[in-house]
Amino acid sequence: MKKYFIKGLWQDHPALRQLLGMCSTLAVTTTVNNAIFMGFGVTFVLISSCFFVSLIRKIVPEEIRIAVFTVIIATFVTIVDIFFKAAFPAMSEALGPYVPLIIVNCIILGRCEAFACKNPIRASFMDSLGMGLGYTWLLVALAAVREILGFGTLLQKTVMPAAYQPLIVMVAPAGAFITLGFFVAIMNKIEKNK
Amino acid sequence: MKNLLIIFVSTVLINNLVLYYFLGICPFLGVSARIESAFGMGVAVIFVMTLANALSWLIYKFVLLNLGLGFLQYLVFILVIASLVQIVEMFVRKFSPPLYKALGIFLPLITVNCAILGASLLMVTKNYNFLESVVYGFAGGIGFTIIIMVMAGIREELEYSEVPSVFKGAAITLVITGLLALIFMGFSGIISA
Repeated sequence: MKKYFIKGLWQDHPALRQLLGMCSTLAVTTTVNNAIFMGFGVTFVLISSCFFVSLIRKIVPEEIRIAVFTVIIATFVTIVDIFFKAAFPAMSEALGPYVPLIIVNCIILGRCEAFACKNPIRASFMDSLGMGLGYTWLLVALAAVREILGFGTLLQKTVMPAAYQPLIVMVAPAGAFITLGFFVAIMNKIEKNK
Repeated sequence: MKNLLIIFVSTVLINNLVLYYFLGICPFLGVSARIESAFGMGVAVIFVMTLANALSWLIYKFVLLNLGLGFLQYLVFILVIASLVQIVEMFVRKFSPPLYKALGIFLPLITVNCAILGASLLMVTKNYNFLESVVYGFAGGIGFTIIIMVMAGIREELEYSEVPSVFKGAAITLVITGLLALIFMGFSGIISA
């Protein structure tokens, strides 16, 4: 059971290794706050969708499985979206269309298709928990780098000396692409040195 | 008319779906290795995005809002896109075999292209009317095509240059996309708010 959980954190990391779910990785990582909310949103949808897919895996005909998975995912995304709107309206505003876009986040469909529809519920749960947390740590790490360099703050608290000139480009789209590029390169470097 | 032109220019150059909204990054990374395939993907996206926006707008306005079912929009939009892709695929296969040969493999991939769903969702948040939504979908597709083709051109050249080994593949592509985004930021002066 443990190995299903561990591999999502590093070995088969959904974003760094499989290059899935790039849109939200890049879009919401301007501040650590956004990243944490997005990470938990994705993890919740991932766990619940994989749970249901695994539950009904023996009764869904193969030909229509993708459509069924998509409807299951869309349902949970709608739940998350409505929950954010009601409980954290400011956060929902900040994340904008990226909460509904979790539907087409390929990590979720990818795990349903590659793992949950072939494995029992407990293994699917561990797998999706690992993948979700793996994704979350990357979002938070990326956001920390971008928020510190771009605003000079971390979790809205100033961390850089007063003389620091914020690098605006880090919170612009360009900074997102470049930072993620470097994360992937660092990952490759660590794997190569093993 | 002027309004539509502004939507077109700003969607293609300034608020580009790939560089500004980060939509469609997966096909962007996956299909940008060769110019021909990048072009095929781009044309397929233009086609489906324009139709999907038109259809989603009509359904959203006349069915969902009338029945007070606005919360079903995500579910409905994704189903519209998935069925549209299927219909377009069957239609093109029947009536234009050469076009099918060129677009065939890209069409199924489009269902999971978040740029299409993203464009539909953005047109709702931006409160566009029918014509504006169609122009928005079309311009979004054009913007996607331009970026993916520029990237494919750069990646074909990259094969002849010495990239540090840890940066090979996705890492260097992401860094170059960042530089492209920086360049496109220069366009934001075209239209003054």
